Amino acid sequence: MTNPLLTRRALLKGGACALAAVAAPPRFLARAAVAAEARRRVLVAVFQRGAVDGLSMVVPYGDRDYAAARASIAIRPPRGGDAGAAVDLDGFFGLHPALAPLVPLWESRAFAVVHACGSPDRTRSHFDAQDYMESGTPGVKSTPDGWLARAAGARPTPGSPFRAVALGPTLPRVLRGDAGAISLASLDRFDVRATTEAAVARKGFESLYEQGVQDLLHGTGRETFEAVRMLKSANAVQLAPANNAEYPRSRLGQSLRQIAQLIRADVGLEIAFTDAEGWDTHVGQGAEQGQLAARLRDFSASLAAFTQDLGDRMADVVVLTMSEFGRTVAENGNRGTDHGHATAMLLFGGGVRGGKVYGRWPGLAREQLYEARDLAVTTDFRALFAEVAGRQLAIARPATLFPGWTGVPALGVMS
Amino acid sequence: MRRRRVAAVLGMLALLGAGLRPAADAAGPALPSDDAAIVHALSRLEFGARPGDVERVKSLGLATWIERQLEPRWLDDRAAEQVLGALPTLTMSIAQLQKEYPRPPAREKSADPQMAPRVLLDRPPPEKRPIRIVAEMQAARLVRAIESERQLEEVMVDFWFNHFNVHAAKGEVKWYVTAYERDVIRPNALGRFGDLLRGTATHPAMLFYLDNWLSTRPDFTLRFGPNRGKRAGLNENYARELMELHTLGVDGGYMQKDVTEVARAFTGWTIDRPRDAARFVFRPLMHDRGEKTILGTRLPAGGGRDDGERVLSLLLHHPATARFIATKLVRRFVADEPPPALVERVAATFRARDGDVKAMLRTIVASPEFWAPDARRAKIKKPFEYVASAVRAVGGHVDARAGFLLARSAAEMGEGLYGAQPPTGYPDRAEAWVNAGTLLARMNFALALTQRRLPGVTLDLSPLAVDRAAPDATLERLLDALLHGEASAQTRAVLTAQLTNPEIRRQTSDDRGPADTDVEKLAALVIGSPEFQRR
Repeated sequence: MTNPLLTRRALLKGGACALAAVAAPPRFLARAAVAAEARRRVLVAVFQRGAVDGLSMVVPYGDRDYAAARASIAIRPPRGGDAGAAVDLDGFFGLHPALAPLVPLWESRAFAVVHACGSPDRTRSHFDAQDYMESGTPGVKSTPDGWLARAAGARPTPGSPFRAVALGPTLPRVLRGDAGAISLASLDRFDVRATTEAAVARKGFESLYEQGVQDLLHGTGRETFEAVRMLKSANAVQLAPANNAEYPRSRLGQSLRQIAQLIRADVGLEIAFTDAEGWDTHVGQGAEQGQLAARLRDFSASLAAFTQDLGDRMADVVVLTMSEFGRTVAENGNRGTDHGHATAMLLFGGGVRGGKVYGRWPGLAREQLYEARDLAVTTDFRALFAEVAGRQLAIARPATLFPGWTGVPALGVMS
Repeated sequence: MRRRRVAAVLGMLALLGAGLRPAADAAGPALPSDDAAIVHALSRLEFGARPGDVERVKSLGLATWIERQLEPRWLDDRAAEQVLGALPTLTMSIAQLQKEYPRPPAREKSADPQMAPRVLLDRPPPEKRPIRIVAEMQAARLVRAIESERQLEEVMVDFWFNHFNVHAAKGEVKWYVTAYERDVIRPNALGRFGDLLRGTATHPAMLFYLDNWLSTRPDFTLRFGPNRGKRAGLNENYARELMELHTLGVDGGYMQKDVTEVARAFTGWTIDRPRDAARFVFRPLMHDRGEKTILGTRLPAGGGRDDGERVLSLLLHHPATARFIATKLVRRFVADEPPPALVERVAATFRARDGDVKAMLRTIVASPEFWAPDARRAKIKKPFEYVASAVRAVGGHVDARAGFLLARSAAEMGEGLYGAQPPTGYPDRAEAWVNAGTLLARMNFALALTQRRLPGVTLDLSPLAVDRAAPDATLERLLDALLHGEASAQTRAVLTAQLTNPEIRRQTSDDRGPADTDVEKLAALVIGSPEFQRR
């Protein structure tokens, strides 16, 4: 059961030390079988880096303290015919109007919200809070790996080289660890390119990383070339978006387009991750128009295209959004918001019990706020992540993905 | 000539004071002087060795060479300056840049279909758009990293810019960032930390990037501009990052209350004429005059501009700042996991020498930790370092045009210069840079470089191909020149096996002449090898 590759990185963290080579077992035969087992379930995580304002994304218009705290940036309560107002969800919460493309998913119960969700740690540092959310251990910086890497590790072996993939130029903390996750910025540039005899160069590079020391570089090199071969044979790059889906040309749109390609090409994807940047709205956040609205428009258009592209396949896919913390309840001096505490996290897909806002609402009156300024956390992000990963990836005891945490009863957000 | 002699004398003088002594002198902390040590020093204090550098440093003496790098103004840098002459924005003032590279006209609100083509026609050509400013800076960084003699200074420019990161794409920053690097970062890169701290705190680039220019006392009403009559107020962005990322570090012992109080102290630190000459100004009307308490120190009411100055001084002299800066420097020069004892010694130098960067670097270079066997090749090159070191290793030279291309290559590997959005800048640890997509990008760059697909990069591989008909000798020469004999047995075996590959060892067309070795592809394999990813 113990795969020698699984402990490679743990052994050699930061390592200039060289261990004797342990020949990797040929895994491609098992891989072929894995790839053939189509329609596996996929968890797609989208990190809204920079701390999204949950109070503008999913508006608690029913809270009497909401509008008063935000003289210039509050979203108006829903009203028939007012396209700039919130779109009602349940009589208390409404969606930011820029998220309107996601309303059909809400109506078909494939879209759920968990509000007042966040970290028990009090930090308002982007870097630390992201680190904690990705390691899955609030307050503990020494955790060597990310929680999605641990989730991938909890799946039965062998996995595909595309089991866990991050779209982007760097491998995020959440997927660092022993799970052999790969990251790539674009599928169609994922190969060795040379003017002449690219195959010779590819073979040469592959041999250089194939054996010898077991360190981060060699391990990554081996996984890379396995993935290159698999991607070539699966021909994922050729898959055009289905169902007339049109993705924005933004980074998020293009990342989700390529994640959909990997899903439809059946390369064994189980966990995908991508970033969505630009949420740190200290100045001129705006209300129904403006900076945040523009970011949300891209966000909702990208997600809507993704669900449209995948069509029926969304039955096997869950998208989970997250952000390191929320923003101050009151707007600041520059019609923006500063770093806060709880935010809202969104879920889309087949296994989601949608059409509902989950989580206890802590209220926005001054005495209800965290440190007298921020939305309090009533749902630990680990409760949400554990439930989603546990159900979607069939992990028996998902609380173990979060060391030092004992788990809580499920929210019931997954069916 | 005369300049050089002066430099040598100064170098010797500095040497006596600094305690960096050649190995022969048993009295002080000794520097090793073998070839491997020189290669190590070149890989850490420069962007890697060029052909012949090891011999040059050896004849000069390692300690003298280091001292010269620590006093860059005595190093003749006309060759690099000449290449940079093709990048006109580098010497322009903020006002000039705003005039020469104006912002595009705001789009017409009325969607007149007739307007669209005319707007397109009116658009300035790419070399006159604001984005050009940032592109020229990126190109200049690559040119300097490859061509400049002032290598350590350039390493420190990269380090400090990243420490005091601003994102060029945010709003007005693209018009300010040239001056920010040229006037604040580079002149102080080997100077005093306090000058960097004060310089960044008062520069429009930082004031804009972290929003402090808009932060005011809570009851301040705007008197001009589109928001005239509206109330402004406090913005915490700069205050928090100043403590978390510039000085104390996140565990430096400050609280949310301190963030708010520091933000109050900096109210009124703003930008005068942001769309023209853009200068720092203190506006008393925007300032919160009340009393503040920061990290237990009381700032009495009515401090005015001095409030901010006092906060900077308080942070500069806080022990957590010395430790935080020392940790980052040791991480850059020694290992991803900085040896704690060395961090303590560098922090002590920071405190004793008032944040003198040179003194801290001397402490690092004189340390056994710097030269320890397990520190050699322990760092993974960042993409920028990788690109520059690859061009240098093959003896390449670049013009400005190549600078643009090479910057794009670094961006493809994940490090778009001036493009780090979060205030943390880019990470300086291996795991951030080693992954499937970027490893392939590195290999592809190696191929593009040696196969001469990067216009503006001139390189001459002929000294490496001693005898194309003798592939074994060529390979030995390559490994020696590019990896300085530090190739693993595995790498050596793989490359030797390649020599029998008909694509690498081509027969001449008539099959009678001597075999020809594809030195370009072999060189690409070496530059793409695991060993060359390390420094």
